[in-house]
Amino acid sequence: MDNAESMVDKKGESGTFHVNNGINGHVANGGSCSCCCCGGGGSSSTGPGNCCSGVGGGSAFDSVQHLHHHHHHLGGGGDDAECNGSPAKRCRLRRRTESVRRSRPPFPWFGMDIGGTLVKLVYFEPVDITAEEEQEEVENLKSIRRYLTSNVAYGKTGVRDVHLELRNMTMCGRTGNLHFIRFPTQAMPLFIQMGRDKNFSSLHTTLCATGGGAYKFENDFRTMADLELLKLDELDCLIRGLLFVDRMGFNGRTEGYYFQNPSDTESCVKKPCTLDNPFPMLLVNIGSGVSILAVYSQSDYKRVTGTSLGGGTFLGLCCLLTGCETFEEALEMASKGDSTNVDKLVRDIYGGDYERFGLQGCAVASSFGHMMCKEKRDSISKEDLARAMLVTITNNIGSIARMCAVNEKIERVVFVGNFLRINTVSTKLLAYAMDFWSKGQLRALFLEHEGYFGAVGALMELLKTSDDL
Amino acid sequence: MFTKRRSLLRDAWLLIGRLGPTYIRHARSVKSVRTMAECGGGDSSTSSHTMDKSITLPPDEIFRNLENAKRFAIDIGGSLTKLAYYSTVQHKVAKVRSFEHHTEDAASDKLYEISVQEEVTARLHFIKFENAYIETCLDFIKDHLVNTETKVIKATGGGAHKFKELIERKLGLKVDKEDEMTCLIKGCNFVLRNIPHEVFVYAKHADSEFRFQTTHPDIFPYLLVNIGSGVSIVKVESEDKFERIGGSSIGGGTFWGLGALLTKTKRFDELLQLASRGQHTNVDMLVKDIYGGSYGSLGLTGDLIASSFGKSATADKEFSKEDMAKSLLHMISNDIGQLACLYAKLHNLSRVYFGGFFIRGHPVTMHTITYSINFFTKGEVQALFLRHEGYLGAIGAFLKGAEEDNPNQYSWGENYAGSSGLMSVSPDMNPLQRARSGTFDMLEMDRLERQLVNLPLLQDSSSYIPDTVDLTEDALAREYWLDCFEEALDGVVKRAIGSQPDIPEVTERAEKFRQKYRNKLQTLRHQPFAYGSLTVRSLLDTREHCLNEFNFPDPYLKIKEKENDMALKYYLKVVKSLEELGWEQRQLALVRGVLAGNVFDWGAKAVSDVLESDPEFGFEEAKRQLEERPWLVDSYDQWLQRLKQGPPHKCALFFVDNSGMDIILGVMPFVRELLSRGTEVVLASNSGPALNDVTNGELQILIERIAAMDPVIQAGLMDDRLTLVQSGSSSPCLDLSRLDKVLAMVVRERQTDLIVIEGMGRAIHTNYYATLNCESLKMAVIKNSWLADRLGGVSVLPCCMFQKVLGVSVTTVFSSGTCSVTLIISEHHIFTVS
Repeated sequence: MDNAESMVDKKGESGTFHVNNGINGHVANGGSCSCCCCGGGGSSSTGPGNCCSGVGGGSAFDSVQHLHHHHHHLGGGGDDAECNGSPAKRCRLRRRTESVRRSRPPFPWFGMDIGGTLVKLVYFEPVDITAEEEQEEVENLKSIRRYLTSNVAYGKTGVRDVHLELRNMTMCGRTGNLHFIRFPTQAMPLFIQMGRDKNFSSLHTTLCATGGGAYKFENDFRTMADLELLKLDELDCLIRGLLFVDRMGFNGRTEGYYFQNPSDTESCVKKPCTLDNPFPMLLVNIGSGVSILAVYSQSDYKRVTGTSLGGGTFLGLCCLLTGCETFEEALEMASKGDSTNVDKLVRDIYGGDYERFGLQGCAVASSFGHMMCKEKRDSISKEDLARAMLVTITNNIGSIARMCAVNEKIERVVFVGNFLRINTVSTKLLAYAMDFWSKGQLRALFLEHEGYFGAVGALMELLKTSDDL
Repeated sequence: MFTKRRSLLRDAWLLIGRLGPTYIRHARSVKSVRTMAECGGGDSSTSSHTMDKSITLPPDEIFRNLENAKRFAIDIGGSLTKLAYYSTVQHKVAKVRSFEHHTEDAASDKLYEISVQEEVTARLHFIKFENAYIETCLDFIKDHLVNTETKVIKATGGGAHKFKELIERKLGLKVDKEDEMTCLIKGCNFVLRNIPHEVFVYAKHADSEFRFQTTHPDIFPYLLVNIGSGVSIVKVESEDKFERIGGSSIGGGTFWGLGALLTKTKRFDELLQLASRGQHTNVDMLVKDIYGGSYGSLGLTGDLIASSFGKSATADKEFSKEDMAKSLLHMISNDIGQLACLYAKLHNLSRVYFGGFFIRGHPVTMHTITYSINFFTKGEVQALFLRHEGYLGAIGAFLKGAEEDNPNQYSWGENYAGSSGLMSVSPDMNPLQRARSGTFDMLEMDRLERQLVNLPLLQDSSSYIPDTVDLTEDALAREYWLDCFEEALDGVVKRAIGSQPDIPEVTERAEKFRQKYRNKLQTLRHQPFAYGSLTVRSLLDTREHCLNEFNFPDPYLKIKEKENDMALKYYLKVVKSLEELGWEQRQLALVRGVLAGNVFDWGAKAVSDVLESDPEFGFEEAKRQLEERPWLVDSYDQWLQRLKQGPPHKCALFFVDNSGMDIILGVMPFVRELLSRGTEVVLASNSGPALNDVTNGELQILIERIAAMDPVIQAGLMDDRLTLVQSGSSSPCLDLSRLDKVLAMVVRERQTDLIVIEGMGRAIHTNYYATLNCESLKMAVIKNSWLADRLGGVSVLPCCMFQKVLGVSVTTVFSSGTCSVTLIISEHHIFTVS
C-alpha cells in the first residue's frame, strides 16, 4: 500500500506542473479581496500608488484591516457597487478607492487573451466620467470608447457579446461597464495595424495580454504599433478572472449554472449557482485545445493534463468533413444531425447491452465506426457528421476530465472555454457524462462568460500593476 | 484477371521459399509484382469473397496434422480468421536401454541398446488467415478431419455470428459462442505464462525495433488495452478475475472511419501507409503556432500538438491525404495513450499491454502509442506489446473448450519449426515476410512433458536473463553467429543422415531439414526479433526443433555411444592417476580434467572436424592442448581457497554437458571427489537429446557402469548421496527459469549450496551473468571455428569462474601467449587474448 501511494505521488509530481504563486504576492491572499483594487496598504505605509500592495500573508492583511477600521469616513465617493457589506468593509473599500485614485492607470483599460483561434478582448467603459475628465480626455481615447461601445460588430469578424456585458461595476474605484469582444486570431495583424493607425501608443497605456499570442505577437506589436505588451500567464489570468467574475455576479444574476437531472432529457433544467467556497475545483478550459487544472486556491493550482482534442479539432474536422466555415455553422448543422448514423453503438455490435461489462446498448462503442463501411459513408449527411464530431469531442473531454477528477479526488468540475459558447449540446452532454459515469459523485458546473476569463484576468493585472510603469 | 495474378503471386512466393536465401537478394523484382497485383485487385476484402475458391493453398503445410486433430476453436475478426486446434503428434524418439544382462565378458561391443520408438505428444496449432480464405479452409478441414468425436467448435470475435451458418454447414460442428473479452484475457494469460519472450517494447529508431522483456514469473496484475473499433481497458488480477475498468469510443474504428471520410481511402492498411508518409504539423495546431515558441512555464515544448486539426478550420486551404491521415493517427494514438495512463495511474498498475487490430504488428501505431505513453507518464510506464497478440482470442476460445484437458496444468513451449514468428508489416520490410503475414501465419505450441519452474536458487527470477548476448541488439555478433550456424549446417545434415543409415528416404528428409533451417536463418537475418530475442540458445533450439520436425530425434546417438564406450575404458585409469596426486595437485587436475573433457564437443564445428579426421585425438591430447593458467577467466585460486578453508558443501547441483570424455573422464572424477568430501551430488542432465549432450536416459546407464567399476560411486548411489535428475530441457543451453519441477524440489530438499555449470552452452552462452543465492562454479572451454582459424588449428580457451554468494566479482585474467586473439562474444563483451 505504501508503494502504491508513493507511486501515485511520484506521478503526480512529475506528470503535472505545479504552480504556486502565493509567495510571489502577485495577488493578495485575503479571501474577501475581490480584485486588484484591494491593497489595504494603500496608505502612506506602503508608499504611494501601490495599487496592490503585495500583502502576502493573512495576518498582515488583518492588521491592515484593523488599522483602517477607525477611519471609515475618510473615503470619497461611495460608488462601490459591491460595497454592501459591514461598515468595516465599506470603510475598507473606500480607503482603497481613495488610495488607488491617485495611481490608477490611464484609460483605456483593456485586457486581452490571444488564443489559438480567438482573441478575447475585455474593455472597461467608465460611466462615471466627470466633466473635468471629459475635457481632459484626448480625442483619440474618446473615439476608441465610442467605436467600441456604439458597435456590436467590428470589421468582418469582430463581435461584441452584448448579452455578456457587465453593467455598473466597479473596478479600481471607477464605475463602468465591462464589454466582451472577440475576433479571430487570424485577424490579429489587422488589429495591430489598427492600433498603429489610431496611434494607440500615444495613450501611454499598458496593453495587458495573455494567451499564446501575447508571446507570438509581442514583436509585431512592438515593431508595427510601437506598443509594449505586458505578457501574462494564461492560466494565472484564467483563474483570477474566473473567480472575480463569479464573485461579481452577472448583473444581479449568478455567473455559474449547472444542470439538474442531467441524465433525463425530459426533466433536465439549467439551474443558477455560485462558486461559494470554490476550492478545490477541477477547471477544464476548452479552447482550441484543452487544459485541465486542479485549483486549490487562487494562486495554488497545477495543470493536471491537457488534450489536443478540443474546440479546434471539432471545428477543423467539421470544416474538412462538411465544408462549413464557422463554429456557428458547424453547431447549427450539429443541432440537426443524428450521431447514431455515424457512430457504432454497443447494440450495433452486441444486439443489445453488453451485460458482461454493464455497457448499455446505446453507448457509443466506436466513434465514426459506421464510417468504416463504404455504403454508409456514401449515404451520410453533413448534419449527422457534424453531430457525431461534436459528440465525439465532447464525450472524450468528459471522459478525461472525469478520470482526472477521480485521480485528483476533486468532486467539482468547472467547464469553461469558448467551445461551450452557444453549445448546449456539449454542456448537457458533459453534465450527463459527469453524472452518469461517476454514479452521481461528480458535478459539472458552467459559467456564463465561458471564454472570457483569461482576458478579464489580464485586465485585472493592468489595474494592479499600473504604477510599475 | 485478379485471380490469376494472385495465384501467380503465390507461386512466386513459393518459389522464393524453394530457392532459399540466395534468391532473396533479388527479391526486389518480386516486390514489384506484388504491387502490381495489389493495384489490379483493389480492395481484397470485398472482392475476395467471389474468388476464394480459385485460390489453391498449400494447406497441408498450414493445417498440419489434421488427422489427429480435435477440439476446434475459431476467432473471426474484421479481416482475419484465427483457427485453433489440438492435435497429438507422433514423434520418433530414440531410447536407450541397458542390456538386461550386462556381463563383463564384453561379448557384446554395444554399450547400450538403442531403439527408435514412437512417442505421442500434444501440440496446439494456431493458424491465422484472411477471412477471404475461410470457405476454402473449412473445406480443406472437412476433407481431412478424421476424428469424429469433435461435436462443437468454440467461436469468438465480432465476425463469428456472420460465419456461424457457414461453419456449421461445412464442418457439421455446432458453433458455441464464447465472450470475446474472456477469451482475450485467457489467451493473454496463456502466452504470458508459456512464452518467455512474449512481451516487447517498441523502439522505432533503436538498433532493434523490438526489445523483448523478461516476463515476471507472477504475471498479475496487468492492464490490457484492447484497441479494436473502440477501446476497452481491462484490469486483470488473476486467472479468473478481470474487470473492464474503462474504455473509449475513439479507437481503430474512428481512425478507419474518419480516415476513410477524409482521404477517400478504403483500407485500414492503406490509411496507415498514408499516415506514415504525412506531416501532421501542416494540419495540427502546435504550441508554437500559438505561442511562437514553447510554453516554457508549463514545460510544454513548441512541437507539442495544442489542437489536433486546429489548422484545418479554414475553407481556403487544401490538405493532403497523407497529412490528414498522420494527424488523425496522432490524435487517436495520443488520446488512447492518455486514457490508458489515467487508468494505469488510478489503479496503480505499471504493466500495460496493448492489443487489438489497431496495434496488430503495425510499427506505425506501436510507435505512436509508445510515444504517447512515454509523454504522458514521463517514461514511468512502458507501452508493452505481445508477439502473439493476434492469437489471443483464438487461444482463449480454445482453452475455454479444452478445460477438461486442463491445458493450464502443463507447461507449453513454442515450436520454432512450426511457427511463423513475428512479422513486421512495415512497408519497406523484407518482402518475403510481408507476403506471408498477409496470407498465413502459424503458431505451434508443444506440450512439455515436464512442468517447468524457476530454479529456487536464482537470486532474482524477475530480472534473470539466461542469455549472455542478445543478438537482436548486437548486429555484429548476430552476423557472426548466423554465419557460424549457416556454415555448420552441412555437418549437421551429414550427421543427421549418418544417424539413420538404413532408412531409405533419409537424404530427402535431411535436405528438407536443411532447407527449413536455412530459411529460418534467413528469416532471422531480416527479422531477428521473429521469435523473441535472438540468442545463440534460440538458434540452437530452432535447429533442434527443425531436426525433430523431420524425424531426426537424435542425430548424435551413435556418436555418443561410441564416445561413451571409449571413455568408459579410460575411467579407472584416470581415477587412479588422480589418486596418486597430492590433494592440492589433484584439485587442479580435476578442474583441468573437466575443462579438457569439455573440449569434446561435437556442437563446435572446429572440434568436430578434428575428431572426425583424427580419432586418436584423445583425452590426454586435449589436456595438452589446454592453455596453461592463468586461463581466459580464471578464479581457480578462489575455488581452491574455498575448498581449503570452508566446510564441505552440503549438496552440489551439477549441470552436465557432453557425452563421452566430458561426462565420464572429466565430470565423474570431479563428482567422485565431491562425494569423498562428504558433499551430496545431484547430476542434472537433459530430458531430451540435444547435440552430443548426455541425456538423462544415457546418464543412468553410464552411472550404472561406472558404479560397477568404482566403489565410491557405488556407495554414493546406494546411500542416495548421488542422485540423477532431469533438467526438463532438450536444449544445449540452460534456462534456469524453466527447469523441471522435480529438480526444483530436490534442490530445495537437499539444501543445495553449490551449483556447478559446465560447458559453453550452459555457462558461456547462457548464465554467464546469472547470479545465484549460493556459491557457483562455471567451467567451460571456448572453442569455435572462427577462433580456430585464427590460431591455425584447434585451440581452446578454458574458463573457470567461481562465484561466492552474491556480488563477489569475478577476476578475469587473460592468458599470455604469442598471438593476439579477439573472440567476439558480443560487441560489448570482447575477450582479448594477447
